[in-house]
Amino acid sequence: MSRKTKDGLILGLVWLSAAITVGVLAWILIYVVSNGIGEISFEFLTSASNGEEGGIFPMIVNTVYMIAVSLLISTPIGVLAAIYLNEYARPGRMLKLIRFATESLAGIPSIVFGLFGMIFFVVYLKFSWSILAGSLTLSIMVLPTIVRTTEEALKAVPNALREGSLGLGATKLRTVWKTVLPNALPGIITAVILSVGRVVGETAAVFLTAGMVPRVAESMMQSGRTLSVHMYLLAKEGISFEKAYATATVLIVLVFIINFSANYLGKKLNRN
Amino acid sequence: MVDTNAYENGQSIDQIKTAMLDPVRIRKRKRSEKIIESIFFISAFVAVLSVAVISLFIFTEGIPAIFEIGFSDFIFGTKWQPLGDVYGILPMIVGSIYGTLGAIVLGVPIGIMTAVFISEVAPDWLVRIVKPAVELLAGIPSVIYGFFGLIIIVPIIDETLGGGGNSLLAVIIILAIMILPTVVSISETSIRAVPKEYKEGALALGASKIQTIFQVILPAAKSGILTAVILGIGRAIGETMAVILVAGNTPMIPDQMTDRIRTLTANIAMEMGYAYGLHQQALFATGVVLFIFIMALNILLNAFTSKVGDV
Repeated sequence: MSRKTKDGLILGLVWLSAAITVGVLAWILIYVVSNGIGEISFEFLTSASNGEEGGIFPMIVNTVYMIAVSLLISTPIGVLAAIYLNEYARPGRMLKLIRFATESLAGIPSIVFGLFGMIFFVVYLKFSWSILAGSLTLSIMVLPTIVRTTEEALKAVPNALREGSLGLGATKLRTVWKTVLPNALPGIITAVILSVGRVVGETAAVFLTAGMVPRVAESMMQSGRTLSVHMYLLAKEGISFEKAYATATVLIVLVFIINFSANYLGKKLNRN
Repeated sequence: MVDTNAYENGQSIDQIKTAMLDPVRIRKRKRSEKIIESIFFISAFVAVLSVAVISLFIFTEGIPAIFEIGFSDFIFGTKWQPLGDVYGILPMIVGSIYGTLGAIVLGVPIGIMTAVFISEVAPDWLVRIVKPAVELLAGIPSVIYGFFGLIIIVPIIDETLGGGGNSLLAVIIILAIMILPTVVSISETSIRAVPKEYKEGALALGASKIQTIFQVILPAAKSGILTAVILGIGRAIGETMAVILVAGNTPMIPDQMTDRIRTLTANIAMEMGYAYGLHQQALFATGVVLFIFIMALNILLNAFTSKVGDV
């Protein structure tokens, strides 16, 4: 085979691979959305479910609860951790240990988080299946995302700003608080948005900790089914594929919004 | 802390100076800085604590079951019959390994080629389509992949190869799609990190563009690409909900691509809801095996990335 044909063949494979990647995405999106969009109505979004049938209003509310509570817990911890890692920590064993733990946390499968959350929060701490148990589990799960993304944002803040602030006599803390953090804010918001995406999409860790009661949770200690868990049950039990398509469409729209806003902020950050 | 607005509030420079240099105040300020610094440290340490507590609880729940069942009966047992108190997870171990290997074989080449496309081949306007597509692929919840597999991939397999469709092959296809974003984005980053001189040198020596990419750039980026593969393995082996929806979930060692399989993750997720006693512990023990797999991958990854530096 001549070099030219060989090159052409490989180039063809490269184009084909990219086409497969984009094609699969398009296939999933178009198929699910085209089947689901017709099922979505005001009633579907705002009415309570009736067994596995009916609307998804309770699941939407429960999902919002889960997002709010888990991010309220994980954002402060994650951001402060990132500040420590980027601004204070000195190289050494402790730093290595923390980095290894953060990486490991990112690699642990969600079902293991689910097992842990169930035995620790649900059984050991007696939270029972509840929004609180689910949110605590998820807050540990999204911690690495927040730490890493915030760290990236902190790294992007020019050192000149820190030096300037310190040179003017500000203490280190004041420098971090008044100069570094405000500049890293878009990155921190991106971290939060990415975490929202993970909470919305999570199923395995949620159904073992927050349960699957298809009603709006009235308190943090009550079980509540999220959108993803609902989606899973609809698909698994095969009760109503129409509702499954519709729920999937709602999830995809959410993911779209989340990705778009994270991207937008990311670009803004890069420009600064 | 000294009030920065003091000057505007009418204090003289001298007053502010004395206030700032007051040794008692300086000591106080130093102490509060130290306290806040330790709060930062504790936050960072939460990750270490979490990993420790997670390991502790999974292991203390799971290890006793492994002893009660017997190590080799548990790991090498081919029968999983909770009703008869028979707990062998070899079929699930094999199922997880086959599914993951298949996904790597199918997904990694496509992923690397797509990364090459984005970083070296595609015109700008196409990059602006393909890159967000990959990011979107990463954001889609796993249960939607599972649903897609269930309504599209499974029927296609059933019609073309028979066997009902819920199968090892369906798992492989879905997992291959799901690891794509990880493989693409990390490979792309490492390809972009290859110094320009390598490329220019190769082209100047008369290599074609394709030769340069595949014989110079990719080998130079191999540590990043290997990282991508390891992370892809982690994602595939840990995936649960998408797998359950397409695997068929029969706890048997598969003989062919169209056989039903059950993975370690599916074993836990499917039975945890109603298990109790030894059965529940056996599921935690399944979690232990999964956890050890993942930790081994993490250690491998850690050894790997610290050797090549911070990539």
